[in-house]
Amino acid sequence: MKKNLYPMIFLIALIVFPLVLRQEYYQHLIILFMMWVVIGSSWNLLAGYTGRVSFGHAAFFGSGAYAAGLLAYHYGISPWWGMATGGLLATAVAFPFGWITFRLHGAYFALATLALNEVLKDAAKIAEPLTNGMVGILIMPTFSSKLPYYYIILVMMVLTILCMRLTVRSKLGYYFVSIREDQDAAESMGINTTRYKMISLCIGTFWTGLAGAFYMNYMGFIDPSVVFSLQDLSIAAVLVGIVGGVGTIYGPAVGAFIMIAVQEFFRSGFFGLFKYFGDKTGSGAFTTLSEFVKSAHTLGFGLLVILVILLLPNGIVGDWTKIKTKLFRMKVTT
Amino acid sequence: MSFFRAENLVKYFGGLAAVNNVSFEVHQGEIFGLIGPNGSGKTTTFNLISRYHRLTSGRVIFKGQEIQHLPTYKICRLGIGRTFQVVKPLRRMSVLDNVIVAAFARVNTMREARELALQTIEFCGLLPVQNLLAKSLPIAWRKRLEIARAMATRPSLLLLDETSAGLNPTELLQAIDLIKKIRDNGTTIIIIEHIMHVIMSISDRIHAINFGQTIAEGTPQEVAQNNAVIEAYLGTDYA
Repeated sequence: MKKNLYPMIFLIALIVFPLVLRQEYYQHLIILFMMWVVIGSSWNLLAGYTGRVSFGHAAFFGSGAYAAGLLAYHYGISPWWGMATGGLLATAVAFPFGWITFRLHGAYFALATLALNEVLKDAAKIAEPLTNGMVGILIMPTFSSKLPYYYIILVMMVLTILCMRLTVRSKLGYYFVSIREDQDAAESMGINTTRYKMISLCIGTFWTGLAGAFYMNYMGFIDPSVVFSLQDLSIAAVLVGIVGGVGTIYGPAVGAFIMIAVQEFFRSGFFGLFKYFGDKTGSGAFTTLSEFVKSAHTLGFGLLVILVILLLPNGIVGDWTKIKTKLFRMKVTT
Repeated sequence: MSFFRAENLVKYFGGLAAVNNVSFEVHQGEIFGLIGPNGSGKTTTFNLISRYHRLTSGRVIFKGQEIQHLPTYKICRLGIGRTFQVVKPLRRMSVLDNVIVAAFARVNTMREARELALQTIEFCGLLPVQNLLAKSLPIAWRKRLEIARAMATRPSLLLLDETSAGLNPTELLQAIDLIKKIRDNGTTIIIIEHIMHVIMSISDRIHAINFGQTIAEGTPQEVAQNNAVIEAYLGTDYA
C-alpha cells in the first residue's frame, strides 16, 4: 500500500490541477506531459523490458494519428471512434513489421524501426490523394475547452500505467525480461521468444497509436513531418525512457515530466529571466541571448540526457536508491 | 519403445563435419556420459538435440516422437531440459526470478510458479542466495542456477553440459551429489564432463567421441580400457 502512496497522491494532484489552475497554458503542458507518459511507457515495454530498442516509435504514433484523422476527414467518422482505430492500425503496422524484423539482433532491429519511421513519413508525404501530403489534415476540434482533453488523456495515462504494471508483474513480464537478458536461455526454458516479442510490440504500439489519435483530436492538425518526426517523437521517446529509467514502471513518467519542464524552461527564456535582465540593464545582449536560449530547448534536454547517462546510467527512477543515499550522505556531512 | 535415441546425427559447419554420424540410445533412469577431447563435438551434439543448431541430417527420437524439426522451446516443453557450458544467467534478475521464468513453462499463475521455483531452489541448494542478482553470483552458484532453471521446467531428460568445470573439490562433491539426487528423483541425465573421475563415478554408460565420430561406448570400465579412447586422450604412445 505504501508503495502506491506517491502515485496515488500524484494522481489526485493531477485530477484537481486543472480545476485549481485555470490558465490554458499550464493545462496544455500537463496534457502534453500525460501524452508523453503514454508514449514513453509503451516504448519502455518494448525497449526497457523486452530489450528491443525502437528508434522509430513515431511510425506507430503517426499511424494512429493518421488513422483517426483520415477517418474523420474522408468519412466524417467522429475522431473519438477513430481513436480506437488509431491504436488498432498502429498494431496492424507493427505486426508484419515485427514478424519480419525480430529475426534481426541488437542494433539491426533498431535500425529497421528507424527505417520504418522514414518510410511511413515519406509514404504519407507522397500519397497525396489520401493524406493531402505535406499540406496535412485539418479537422474541427470537438471541444473548445481544454478540460475534456485533459481528462481523456488522464484516463488514458492511468490505463496505460495499469496495463504496464499488470503486464510486467505477470508471466508476460517475466518472459519479456528473460528475453532481454538472454534470448537463447529464454528459448531453452520453453519460451517461444518470437511470439512474446510480438506480444510486447503489439501491446506497446497499441498505446502509442492511441496517443497519436489523441494528438490528432487535440491539436486538430497533423502533417507528416509533425507526427512522423524523427527528432521530436522517435528520439524523444528514447530520451524520455533513458532519463526516467529504462525498465521501470514510473521511469517514463518522470522522464516525460522532466522533458516537458526543460523544454518550457528554455522556451520561456528561463522563465523570462533573460528578458528581465535585458529590460533592467537596457542591454541588447540579454535580449539576443534570450532568443538563442528560446531556440535551444532541444539542446538543453540533450545536455540533461548526457548528464543523466554519465551520473545515473539507470535513469532517475532506476538509480533512485543511489540518489537517496547520496543526498542522505550530504546531509550527514554538512 | 526407447526413451531417447539419436540416430546418425550429422552436422556440417561449412565444410567441417563437427558431428559425423553419431548414434546412441539412452535408457530411462540412467546417467549417460558423453566424453571426448576438446572440440570433439560434445556440445554440438547437445545443441543438435535441443535444436540450438539444425541437423544436417539424422533423427532425434524422444519417447517415440521425432523431435529434430521442433523449435527449441517446444523441445523444452516436451521434457528435455538443458544447461549451457558457458552459463547464461538472466543477469539482472534475482536467482528466484530466474527460476520463476523457467517454472512458467509448466504452470501459469504467479503463485504456482513461485511455489514450483522455491521447491526447485531448495532441491538444488540455492536457498541462501535466492534473493541475489544472478550477475553477482560466483561460478559455482551460477552452474547450480543453470541446473535449477533446467529442473524447474520439470524435464524427464536433462542435458548437463560441463556443470562441474571450474569448481573447487568441495563444490565438486556437492555438484556430484546434486546430479545423483536428480537421477534418484527419476530424471534421466545425459552429461558432458571433462573431469574423468566425476564422469567415471556417476555414469551408468559412457559414449566417447573424437573428431565428431563415435570411438567407443560401454560401461565406464570398458570405455576406460578402450584403446581408441586412450589414444584420443593421451596420444598413440599410450594406446
